[in-house]
Amino acid sequence: MKSGSNLEKVLKAGHFAFTGELGPPRGAHAEEVRKKAAHLKGNVDSVNITDNQTAVVRMASWAACLILIQEGLEPNYQMVCRDRNRLAMQADILGASALGIRNMLCLSGDHCQFGDHPTAKGVFDVDSMQLIGMVKQMRDEGKFLSGAEVDGKPQIFIGAASNPFADPFEWRVHRLAKKVKAGVDFIQTQCIYNMPKFREFIRQANDMGLTEKAFILAGITPMKSLGMAKYMKSKVPGMDVPDEIIARLQGVARDKQAEEGIKIALDQIAELKEMKGVAGVHLMAIEWEHRVPEIAERAGMLPRPKLN
Amino acid sequence: MIVAKRKPFDEIMQLTQGYQKVLVVGCGTCVAVCLAGGEKEVAVLTAELDMGRKLKDTPIDLGSITVERQCDREYLAQLDNMVGQYDALLSMACGVGIQFLAERFPNTPVFPAVDTCGLAVNQDVGWYEERCRSCGRCVLGLTGGICPVTMCAKGLYNGPCGGTNKGNCEISADQPCAWNAIYERLKAQGRLDCILELSPAQEWKDTTPRTLIQPGYKKPEKAKE
Repeated sequence: MKSGSNLEKVLKAGHFAFTGELGPPRGAHAEEVRKKAAHLKGNVDSVNITDNQTAVVRMASWAACLILIQEGLEPNYQMVCRDRNRLAMQADILGASALGIRNMLCLSGDHCQFGDHPTAKGVFDVDSMQLIGMVKQMRDEGKFLSGAEVDGKPQIFIGAASNPFADPFEWRVHRLAKKVKAGVDFIQTQCIYNMPKFREFIRQANDMGLTEKAFILAGITPMKSLGMAKYMKSKVPGMDVPDEIIARLQGVARDKQAEEGIKIALDQIAELKEMKGVAGVHLMAIEWEHRVPEIAERAGMLPRPKLN
Repeated sequence: MIVAKRKPFDEIMQLTQGYQKVLVVGCGTCVAVCLAGGEKEVAVLTAELDMGRKLKDTPIDLGSITVERQCDREYLAQLDNMVGQYDALLSMACGVGIQFLAERFPNTPVFPAVDTCGLAVNQDVGWYEERCRSCGRCVLGLTGGICPVTMCAKGLYNGPCGGTNKGNCEISADQPCAWNAIYERLKAQGRLDCILELSPAQEWKDTTPRTLIQPGYKKPEKAKE
């Protein structure tokens, strides 16, 4: 075991993992984190806690992670390269490990221009690829990026993101290969809607032996409405929403769109469970945490394995 | 070249408020080429300031001169006998020139009339695009001659990120994704192996003021004092 996290245990035992996501509040109320966490408890193996997502200031990811631990859930600490230099990052990695955080997701981070402080200076002292390598070096070699010795190695299961749909498509699998080479243990993909393209991506990853070196968690975000689907198709960079998805949502009454969105997600999960090279599903039910128990149940994901 | 943009007129009025005798100093090199601070722009700003102050009933006595380069001692020397007659200097040079002017005349307030905007190419008359952040550790040999530090909005060394959007950057449909362009160019050259390897964390060279002394040269004794 590299970290001893529940997620690591579940994946290494060969179970099909099911993970969730939680966005911290834009304020200091711990209660809001607890409320969202209650919907996820027992229904997922680990919860990814976003780090100032979409470049909007929120409660620190590590702090929300601690609240989750208090609530008996396992967090996955997300860290973006946008807001910290290598000193702050390494300090936070040590602190996170010391306080019992065992998973990390290493991301570049959305550009500040999207957020609530558009004129902030983006740090990007290291990029996501280099962050993966830095965590691995601290954990496995007990060395800081500078080469100096770490007295007490952090125990972290290292995650990163992969977007199979961004351009250029033929480069995506090579970028995944770079992340694997950098030392990633698991991958959460961008929200998948274009299943044929995802199948092709996984086929390439299988062919290159990448799915044997890192666990791939397929990203699923149920559409809440036709409006959301249209917005994601046209406004969200790197998102690939095929016309079939739009058509399926258009084909039902307005008050049935959310149910249809869940059905689409369930169909996807059913296929992903059988797909060679896919080790689990990462469910990003954005501001829809209360629907997670139902989705987990209907997807046949319950009960979650309990491992010691 | 170095490009600059003239500051808003109101800001220049604010900066020079309270000064009665001001010398507007243009620069005949980069900022002249990019139409921000050469002889012509000095004449325009001088006329505008003169009018602006008259309208405010606080007339100003303005002088103007454009030197070949404000970043070069040799050319600043011609100001030595003039500066004493003025309360303040208003420089239209880049940030480098403005500082060198201020350094030569430390008892006279020096104000910037332009905002320096970077190292850019001349795409067309009046149209300039930044290409270099002078990081001091050039990787263009590995990236197909496209700078990831300058042209990628996140300055990534291992791109493209998930925000690359149909060949453009997530920040704007008008901004090409640098890493998409790097990929396309290297692919066309059959050199994708250049970016298959991990690029390690940058050893930043631009975190302190840099001094450059070319081989065979040394700091003159006098300048060391």
